[in-house]
Amino acid sequence: MLEHYLSLATKAAFVENMALAFFLGMCSFLAVSKKVETAIGLGAAVVFVLGVTIPLNQLLNENLLKPGSLSWMGLPDVDLAFLTYLVLIGTIAAVVQVVEMTIDRFSPDLYNALGVFLPLIAVNCAILGGALFMVRRDYTFGEAAVFGLGSGVGWALAIVALAAIREKLRYNNIPEPLRGLGITFIVVGLMSIGFMAFSGIQL
Amino acid sequence: MASTERETLLDPLINNNPIALQVLGLCSALAVTTKMETAFVMSLAVVAVTALSNLSISLIRNYIPSSIRIIVQLTIIASLVIVTDQVLKAFVFDISKQLSVFVGLIITNCIIMGRAEAFAMQNPPLPSFIDGVGNGLGYGLVLMLVAFMRELFGSGKVFGFSVLPLVTEGGWYQPNGMMLLAPGAFFLIGIFIWVIRSMRPEQVEEDFHVGALSEPGYEGSVR
Repeated sequence: MLEHYLSLATKAAFVENMALAFFLGMCSFLAVSKKVETAIGLGAAVVFVLGVTIPLNQLLNENLLKPGSLSWMGLPDVDLAFLTYLVLIGTIAAVVQVVEMTIDRFSPDLYNALGVFLPLIAVNCAILGGALFMVRRDYTFGEAAVFGLGSGVGWALAIVALAAIREKLRYNNIPEPLRGLGITFIVVGLMSIGFMAFSGIQL
Repeated sequence: MASTERETLLDPLINNNPIALQVLGLCSALAVTTKMETAFVMSLAVVAVTALSNLSISLIRNYIPSSIRIIVQLTIIASLVIVTDQVLKAFVFDISKQLSVFVGLIITNCIIMGRAEAFAMQNPPLPSFIDGVGNGLGYGLVLMLVAFMRELFGSGKVFGFSVLPLVTEGGWYQPNGMMLLAPGAFFLIGIFIWVIRSMRPEQVEEDFHVGALSEPGYEGSVR
């Protein structure tokens, strides 16, 4: 059992890295990766939100949305699957809001570190993407929790690494039209090749 | 068509392309471009959703309290995406299977939220609709270009028809497998931006800033 979870976590973090293999969360991945410090902040916020919302969405999916899942209410024939997107995005937006207010109330330090990023990631594709993958792959609650944390960690690793590379890139003499976004894409491409070395790893 | 409307429609295609200049909506742009067919369907879906969401948000823009506008916009967009998803499932089931989660991810496509926030909230319905179509097309244009290159060099086909006969099928073309994998897409977009900015030097970034986006302060469009 433990092996299964470990293998799922490694797969989510490295082999199927959200950012580098599925292109999820690209917008903030590119926009907030200029400094390692901010990248760490955003990375931590993503790990946190993915770790919370994916299991939560799993529960909702299991008990409300899946075909036949309403049988506990005596409505076995009702299929609410078409509402999936709305419920997922609603949950994510709500959780982010609640998390933001809670952190603000109880831990101002953490709020200062994560706060600015929280509203940003409510609409980060990585969060919704993770939830949709969870629905599609039919994870159990435990698997969903592990998958959420694992893929969050993978995303955070990728953005911190990219930020570190971009800090060094500042000192290089890059052809003008390629400066900024262009070279960043090429760097991300190379990183993606690097991460492909993990493919096939199984625990 | 009046000239301002034409401008609204055509400007996002090259001059102010949502992907190349504004760095929006990349998530799905890269993932669905291994084949032109999927890219084409995806572009159509995005054009439809951007245009309709701009239209409907612009229609009710005077009634949305600004404190909950993000939620309102998200709900409208999510409903439109659900409709799109159902239509795709009904008429092109195979392609909708291949697009997998990326149809759903149109909801978080920054182009749509970005245009709703930046244009539809301030402008009347018709220009907003046109702006939506224009931005959707600008996105589709890049998508189709990237998909063309990836499909042609990655599997020797265009829209599923063999153009470069593959070695495995008795032809001469040795396909470049990297094009079909994630890095190929990153390199192509990088090169695409390079080409656009070489032709239009005014788009070159002064000092290593990603597009018009700056760090967190500019929350409106960093998603």
